[in-house]
Amino acid sequence: MEDTVKFKIENLNVYWSGSHVLKSISMDIGANKILGIIGPSGSGKTVFLRTLNRLNDMELQIRIEGGVLLDGKDIFAPGMDPVMLRKKIGMVFALPIPLPASIYNNIIYGPSLSGITNKNRLDEIVVKSLKSAFLWDEVKDRLKTSAMRLSGGQQQRLCLARTLAMEPEVILLDEPCSGLDPISTTQIEYALKELKKNYTIVLVTNNTKQAARVADNTAFFLMNELIEYGPTGTIFTVPGDIRTMDYITGRFG
Amino acid sequence: MAQHLDRNFDIALESVKSDILKMGDIVEFMLGDTLKALMERNLNVIERIKENEVIVNKMQIEIDELCLKIIALHQPTAIDLRFLMGVTKINTALERIGDHAINICNCINRILQYKQMKPYVDLPELFKIAREMFMESLNAFINLNTENARSILLRDDQVDSLRDKIVQECINYMIKDSSNVNIAVNIILLANNLEKIADHATNISEIVIFVAQGKDVRHQSE
Repeated sequence: MEDTVKFKIENLNVYWSGSHVLKSISMDIGANKILGIIGPSGSGKTVFLRTLNRLNDMELQIRIEGGVLLDGKDIFAPGMDPVMLRKKIGMVFALPIPLPASIYNNIIYGPSLSGITNKNRLDEIVVKSLKSAFLWDEVKDRLKTSAMRLSGGQQQRLCLARTLAMEPEVILLDEPCSGLDPISTTQIEYALKELKKNYTIVLVTNNTKQAARVADNTAFFLMNELIEYGPTGTIFTVPGDIRTMDYITGRFG
Repeated sequence: MAQHLDRNFDIALESVKSDILKMGDIVEFMLGDTLKALMERNLNVIERIKENEVIVNKMQIEIDELCLKIIALHQPTAIDLRFLMGVTKINTALERIGDHAINICNCINRILQYKQMKPYVDLPELFKIAREMFMESLNAFINLNTENARSILLRDDQVDSLRDKIVQECINYMIKDSSNVNIAVNIILLANNLEKIADHATNISEIVIFVAQGKDVRHQSE
């Protein structure tokens, strides 16, 4: 399991409105691992993340070259259905946006849309998803309460649970803790470490310390290029590239 | 190397670097005094060496506390983390060298109670090499000069050979005349302490390579 490759990215180039926003990215993302992606703002982290589940398809002025293989299959192949792809690859964004509905209805929204109507099955999904996101104990007695009444940290874990409800294989997270306090952040990080047993996780974070804490492997992006990629323990102790070292040690010049 | 965005982090690292340098200067001064005590048969400096050892012990605690504080407050990574780990290890090495200087004083105290067996030739040479290795290892650390650090590593065998030569010579003197036993045993102890100082200098050099390049070169000759 340890050496299984979930994503194989081969010479990926992304152009957006004439700008070259991802330059020749090649890397393997291991299954059941957490990949932390770090780098300054505008370095291409989020574009890369959104490319993995084809969220960039919505952009009209985007051009993508190169290959992204999920379990050996090209996600840009003509026969690949983006909706089915996004079922396999869930995403959690920086700002938790619960639907204006109860906690229960937030979780079942996706499964219901995909055709599950059996009440018992939906109940099971709600319990499993909330437990996996480490939110169950805090909300089990108020599932019918509006999700809007949850705290920021709880809302983010609800969004994680909502993603898990679709039983994806990969979870993409774009700055999931940027607005959270240290305790909520710790809860999310703990959840991610547990979830990697069953999922492959790609975490974009501006908090390098967060990548150091949770990621198995870390990739450093700078000016739309992948500068360095390797085991987190190595990247944070003996980085191979001076640019990586300057970034993670907070240097400039 | 570029500065940190957090200037306070730079100031803290400079402060710890300056403290370890000060501690090294005091230890180096102690070693100079021990040689003076032996060669000039001057016991007056021994009191000064003991006073300096108290200062070195105090500095060891202060530098460790400072490193702990910097690690907790700034959560260093990569070369900064390796540097602070290196400082805590060198801090321990310096304190141990201070202890060896005291051991050497005790040996000299006993040696000077007896008539000199012969003019000292190899012993001052061993002193000189051990002290040079120590000073150069500290300089290598301050400048993160791995080339100098590696050249210090090569000198360790030279120290071992010289120590062995002194020990063998002392044994010969003891065999020749049993009245030499007291002085000869103390010279052997002194030479062993000098050899340990050179070992610490070697350890410091290995730390320099680790800090600068992240390579662990310990125990590679085994």
